[in-house]
Amino acid sequence: MYQAHLNDARLEKGLPPLEKEDSDKKVFTWPDLVYVELIALIVCSIVMTVWSIVLKAPLEEPANPGAAPNPAKAPWYFLGLQELLVYFDPWMAGVVLPTLIIVGLMAIPYIDTNPRGNGYFSFRERKWEILMFCFGFIILWVVLIILGTFLRGPNWNFFGPYETWDPNKLEPLNNVSVSEIFWVKWLGTALPTFWLKRELPGIVLVLFYMGALPGLLSKTLFRRFYEKMGTVRYLVGVNLFLIMLAVPIKMYLRWIFNLKYIVNIQEFSFNI
Amino acid sequence: MSLEKHWRKLQRSVVETQVWKSIFRVGIPNTNRKRVLAVLGNVVLHLHPVKTRKSGVKMRYTWCAGGMTFFLFLVLTFTGLLLMFYYRPTIEYAYGDMLDLREQVPFGVMREMHRWGAHAMVIAVWIHMFRVFMTGSYKPPREFNWNVGVVLLVLTLLLSFTGYLLPWDQLAIWAITVGSNMARATPLAGYEGPFAAQIQVNGVNLVTAGSDARFGLLGGRIVGANALLRFYVLHCVFIPLIAAFLMAVHFWRVRKDGGISGPL
Repeated sequence: MYQAHLNDARLEKGLPPLEKEDSDKKVFTWPDLVYVELIALIVCSIVMTVWSIVLKAPLEEPANPGAAPNPAKAPWYFLGLQELLVYFDPWMAGVVLPTLIIVGLMAIPYIDTNPRGNGYFSFRERKWEILMFCFGFIILWVVLIILGTFLRGPNWNFFGPYETWDPNKLEPLNNVSVSEIFWVKWLGTALPTFWLKRELPGIVLVLFYMGALPGLLSKTLFRRFYEKMGTVRYLVGVNLFLIMLAVPIKMYLRWIFNLKYIVNIQEFSFNI
Repeated sequence: MSLEKHWRKLQRSVVETQVWKSIFRVGIPNTNRKRVLAVLGNVVLHLHPVKTRKSGVKMRYTWCAGGMTFFLFLVLTFTGLLLMFYYRPTIEYAYGDMLDLREQVPFGVMREMHRWGAHAMVIAVWIHMFRVFMTGSYKPPREFNWNVGVVLLVLTLLLSFTGYLLPWDQLAIWAITVGSNMARATPLAGYEGPFAAQIQVNGVNLVTAGSDARFGLLGGRIVGANALLRFYVLHCVFIPLIAAFLMAVHFWRVRKDGGISGPL
């Protein structure tokens, strides 16, 4: 990664990246590559063997379908998604968002039209791409996994690093939805009975965020991207970006306003 | 000096035998021609081109993450095959076989190596993806291979997930219960998912706990005997076959898209 920093300085001066000096030269696979591979293989084998001898693989009590542990945790690499269950319903956290992560990753080479930074480390030539990828990968994926692994205890309550996992810890739950805020708190009326009328404020919010915001951004903040990428690429890219951004936005709204659902149509189990 | 002379003599006496020559056609690759032939003539090494970009053989460029992932896959295949000698995927035997693997089998570190190797492989795939992204190696002409890689990443996670159930301990069934509970929230296809309750024929729900996506995944309403067998087959045969095929495509495309990435 330090190489990226060095390359940035070189590119600024008009020099090619460090990799370029080597990339035109070719070396024989035997011995130059084969020996590197052999060494890596030996090191990896030794590490795996020592690791396996020193640390026993975990094995708990025999499976008992009647006694759920508290907390019951998914495998560690899915704990970021389990963490999202706090903020989203299972159909979003467990199905839609994972699908969009895969689709989004696959879309990267087709959305990213920047021809520079191909085949060498650099930061400055690709700062937007790197910023977005690292935000998604390191903040939303890795940090949430660490949070879910180490800081979530019984009943999926939050526990600090040195706090004991008290299963009787009570967290006050008075989460409210957008419909309640709009009709009850602001207008002072009862919730309308018809779901479409009741949820109209939330639906308008979501439609604005997903439908109108990309258009507005293309005229203002993201004008540069819109002109460079063209309509289809821009729409796919900006929608994926907005959905990714929706995750921390909803987390923030929960922490600050106890917001539960933006759209809450229990009639169809459709809650956002 | 005489030591080296003895070494050379010993070397010759091995390398010039008929047996050795019948296996290794080329001999010691000490000339460029022999180096080319050594790579071309070997079924494993011929995955590589004869010559490689000098920038591409450096650890500080590749971090060796892709190679590490592949090597861990091989380690897992091998230790997994050994484990299959002992392990029976039924709820009567599975947990007991785990205890036997730990207590009775001599040098019993296969399960340890399989389990830690699986964790390491998940991390290695992520590091590989991160490196490929940071070097912009998904850019044309490598878009398709990035996609193959994303599918391989998903398959790695699925391999690890299906293997998680097999020890049949508390950790296993509850992790899989939590994970597979997501499937019942699939829109339309899971019985707790959006709009699933609206799929009806003559007032009878079609998507129920006994017919939805989760039921299909587990072969039952709970994580039980059917789920164990299903995950075992997925883990040992089904997903590894697909992954192996896609790995072949992945490596092939690295070659066909111009070898290890480097500045254009």
